[in-house]
Amino acid sequence: MTTTGVKGSSEHHDAGNDRSAHTGTRGSRTLGIVTLVSVAVLLLFALVVSPPEATQGDAARLFYIHVPSAIVCLYLAFSITLVGSIMYLWKGTIGWDLIAGSAAEVGVLFLFFTLVTGMLWGKPTWGTYWQWDPRLTSTAVSFVLYLGYLAVRRLDMDPVLRSRRAAVLGIVSFANLIIVRYSVQWWRSLHQGPTLDPLDMQISGVMLFTWVFGVFTMLLVFSWLLLHRFRVAWLEHQLAEAGIDVAIRERRNEAGGDAALGGAI
Amino acid sequence: MGWEYVVPGYLVVFGGLGVYTLTLIRRGRALSRQVSPEKRRFLGEGRS
Amino acid sequence: MWRDARLIAAKDLRVEWVSRVLTTQVVPFGLLVLILFGFGISPDLQTFEPGEATSKVAVLEQVAPGLFWLAVLFSALLAIGRSFAIEAVDGNLDALRLAGLDPAGIFLGKAGAVLVELLLLEVVLGFGSFVLYGAPLDNAVLLVTVVVSATVGIASAGTLYAALAAGLRVRDTLVPLLLLPVLAPVLLGASLATEAALFGPASDGWPWLAALGAFAVLYLGAGILAFGSLLEDS
Repeated sequence: MTTTGVKGSSEHHDAGNDRSAHTGTRGSRTLGIVTLVSVAVLLLFALVVSPPEATQGDAARLFYIHVPSAIVCLYLAFSITLVGSIMYLWKGTIGWDLIAGSAAEVGVLFLFFTLVTGMLWGKPTWGTYWQWDPRLTSTAVSFVLYLGYLAVRRLDMDPVLRSRRAAVLGIVSFANLIIVRYSVQWWRSLHQGPTLDPLDMQISGVMLFTWVFGVFTMLLVFSWLLLHRFRVAWLEHQLAEAGIDVAIRERRNEAGGDAALGGAI
Repeated sequence: MGWEYVVPGYLVVFGGLGVYTLTLIRRGRALSRQVSPEKRRFLGEGRS
Repeated sequence: MWRDARLIAAKDLRVEWVSRVLTTQVVPFGLLVLILFGFGISPDLQTFEPGEATSKVAVLEQVAPGLFWLAVLFSALLAIGRSFAIEAVDGNLDALRLAGLDPAGIFLGKAGAVLVELLLLEVVLGFGSFVLYGAPLDNAVLLVTVVVSATVGIASAGTLYAALAAGLRVRDTLVPLLLLPVLAPVLLGASLATEAALFGPASDGWPWLAALGAFAVLYLGAGILAFGSLLEDS
């Protein structure tokens, strides 16, 4: 599901009262509204309309957001980071780097939600908040993994070098994501006694619909957040560039108009 | 049964999303003000 | 590439031979970690031997494989950090690059030196585990192959990630954060395979050995491919 960002800033602006100073466009506004409606509908269905599950009762309602957020971040967000990283190393356009970073940040947020809802779902189901079950455990490792990626993106160093290193990391981290997933799954499958898998539920029609709708909603939320995070990143990039331009100009002036050594840039 | 876990869960998720959204919007506005209009959009005119 | 690798490895090992930082600092650190595990996990804790309802065995002994590998991992962080610390002086990495050395060769050389150092460390720590935890030394073939392949993985992934953080002031806090999640599967596989070698049926260990081997190959490859672009930037 891709952004519906619309070209160009078509909002008119006054010089004195800069009303267009925001990251919204007609397209993203629409997306935002649709998303909000979707969230409202989801909440309605998840919390009110759908029935409590046979064995887990109402605790199963967490399933409507836990699994969708997991899907969004793990399959979508970090894939975007992967692709963005590859494209950045290949083409060098800063946009790719920015989208890789934005997707990762939103992805980590969703990972956090996955962990929290997973633990809250586990407590009534297993009796404890943590059970070293394969999915939750590998999610926890992945969380730290991408926190590391985000840490690299904020390093105090030359921006171009930083983007390159982040790109390499973005690619390797995706491989690690897969490795961790599989090895933890294998591990737990060996040592697991009969443990309750929360996903072992009886799902009725309404519940299935709610779940699918949950995925749909989370995708919308993710898209909106990604779009705006990207725009923020873009603006930051513009400011950084402007800063560099100013510094270069000042340097040139310092060196004296004609005496400037040729080709500073 | 289980609501004491469901409510905090939904609160964390949607509350967190709300906070993050607001932060993004605010940051977006603050940054936009500092950047000249042509350079504000990735797909706009004056893409650099 | 191989010639450059040998050159770099020899250089790194020679630096270690002369400075003896690893032998005087990192190995004692590893032993210390092993000892501290005994403090943290009471040696008096007993549990039933798996599969036996009557005979009890010390928890520490049962978890010895995992503790050994944890100690190795933490020590490896230091060894890998050291591997790049010796380059930080006078911009060595730049000099190496400008001297026309093949970056893949530099990678293999540095990883190779770390590998040798870690293997020697593991001999000491293995002996330490045997003494401190009472872990039996059994199934030598499986044990040795597991140790070697896990260490190759640790050395290559470690060198790759350390390069990512090379030259940065935050290197010492960043590398552990980046590297340990990556090595979590290695810790897993190595501990389980070692456990299989020492206690359980050795046949349980071979699949994990294969996984460790795959990991090692993957990161050797990744390092060879990516090191060039990482060095270019430092």
